[in-house]
Amino acid sequence: MSRRECMAWGAGALALALLATVPQWMHNDYYLSLLISVLMYSVLASAWALFSGPTRYVSLATVAFFGVGAYTTAVFGETLPWAAVLLIALGVGVAMALVVGLATLRLSGVYFVIFSFGLAELTKQLVTWWEVNITKDLGRYVFVDITAQDIYWQLLVLLALVLGLRAWIARTRLGLALRVIGEDETVARHVGINTTRVKVLLFTLSASFMTVAGAMMAPRWTYLDPTIAFAPAISFQTLIMALLGGAGSLFGPLLGAVPLVLLFEFLSAHFPNHFAILVGLVFMVIVYAVPQGISGWLRQRKSKSGGTQ
Amino acid sequence: MTAPLLELKGLAKRFGGLVAVNDLSFDVHAGEVVGLLGPNGSGKTTAMNLVSGALPLNAGEVRFQGQTISGLASHQIARLGVARTFQLVRVLGGMRCRDNVAAGLAFRPGGLHGRAAEHAAQLLLERVGLGTQAELAASELTYIDQKRLELARALALAPQLLLLDEWLAGLNPTELQQGIGLIRALQGEGMAILMVEHVMDAVHALCSRCVVMNTGAKIADGATREVLSDPRVIEAYLGSDDTQEAAHA
Repeated sequence: MSRRECMAWGAGALALALLATVPQWMHNDYYLSLLISVLMYSVLASAWALFSGPTRYVSLATVAFFGVGAYTTAVFGETLPWAAVLLIALGVGVAMALVVGLATLRLSGVYFVIFSFGLAELTKQLVTWWEVNITKDLGRYVFVDITAQDIYWQLLVLLALVLGLRAWIARTRLGLALRVIGEDETVARHVGINTTRVKVLLFTLSASFMTVAGAMMAPRWTYLDPTIAFAPAISFQTLIMALLGGAGSLFGPLLGAVPLVLLFEFLSAHFPNHFAILVGLVFMVIVYAVPQGISGWLRQRKSKSGGTQ
Repeated sequence: MTAPLLELKGLAKRFGGLVAVNDLSFDVHAGEVVGLLGPNGSGKTTAMNLVSGALPLNAGEVRFQGQTISGLASHQIARLGVARTFQLVRVLGGMRCRDNVAAGLAFRPGGLHGRAAEHAAQLLLERVGLGTQAELAASELTYIDQKRLELARALALAPQLLLLDEWLAGLNPTELQQGIGLIRALQGEGMAILMVEHVMDAVHALCSRCVVMNTGAKIADGATREVLSDPRVIEAYLGSDDTQEAAHA
């Protein structure tokens, strides 16, 4: 590891420690809940980019895993210790991602996008069917002894884990394999990469973070039904945040998540009736104006200014 | 005579009603450079795809070093020591040239990663004449240099059999001479090469043997000079007297 990398890891650890102290001195519930939103989308966008960044498989299945995680908390939250709930969420997320991944990662391009969106809807409908026909109650109450501060800290740890994992993978052969798959899958196979295994592995890792994030977030809602837990907007917002920031770089998803959570918060507070329209406009502006993402745009500027010197 | 390195036995490939490869059988021995010739659409590239596992075959068997490889996935075949280039050049455009080659080094048995890979990649780039372009993105290279890069990536797999699909097409006379020299040097190291090629100068210079295909089937197989003077081969390329007359009429 070079000296620069040591410094980067040190700086990251310091930033994490500083962020961890925030709930100690900030006692405003509104700002804390805003920070929780920022963290939640930072985790989701980073987890999304873990798989979709290098492979360029655009997934709209984020909320399928997130919602399943939330439901895990709703079902087991009251009876089991918290750590066990999170472990069950992790296990369910891994199992679901493996099944889905093995069945579908042979699809590519637009077929995968549509499939992933369908998966989210299918999961939502299955849960709805179960609640209506089996439990006979569409809504659930989440009574768990978890405070907003706890959620903040848990999400912060999850974010550190997903960023650490991405940084580590980028250094390994696995990271190289992902980049080659993103460039050209045929070439990837012909240089000896087991593309199916690599894709399923990364899809599963990505999904497990999303599921656990859902389980951690569930106590925020107290009341949960499938339209809340499986809201497609979560998938779309995760996607657009990762794209705005730049899914290829480590901190890109954060560059997208932080401003957009704040923007969406502002829009929903001031224009509650036009929120969906405005979010749609934001999507279009982002796709037109920063197709490379903020991190790609910064890199371009840097290389340009470096070239003229 | 030792057992062949590569054996094709009765290969067949159909795309719907179109029979692209029909009962194709031939061998490639270790250290041999074999030309795979034939008019456009005769099934040469499909045959290459069947060997490298890019396409599943409908019938027949491919054996490499005595082991059946038809039915294996491309990545397994690549790891056994079969590397290839593509007719329409495929480089990893967004990645640096060095990383393109590193991709070839990393996943073979005993693959390299990190500093050792960078060094090995640089040597391979120098070998194909791209030593100074290592830091460039592959998409910034000219078409010819992309072909060189693709060869470097294939060589990175340390293959025993190299499949070249029109690798020499589109080179100018100087580049062609360099390319021929490079392939001859690879042969000198004991690498077997199966090459689809239309550049006849290169075929004469490099291939001791040629297999000629027409409409999916093998029509000739033998020493290059004899095969190229075979009336059936000339007919396949130029048409028979009858059809030529018909064309003129």
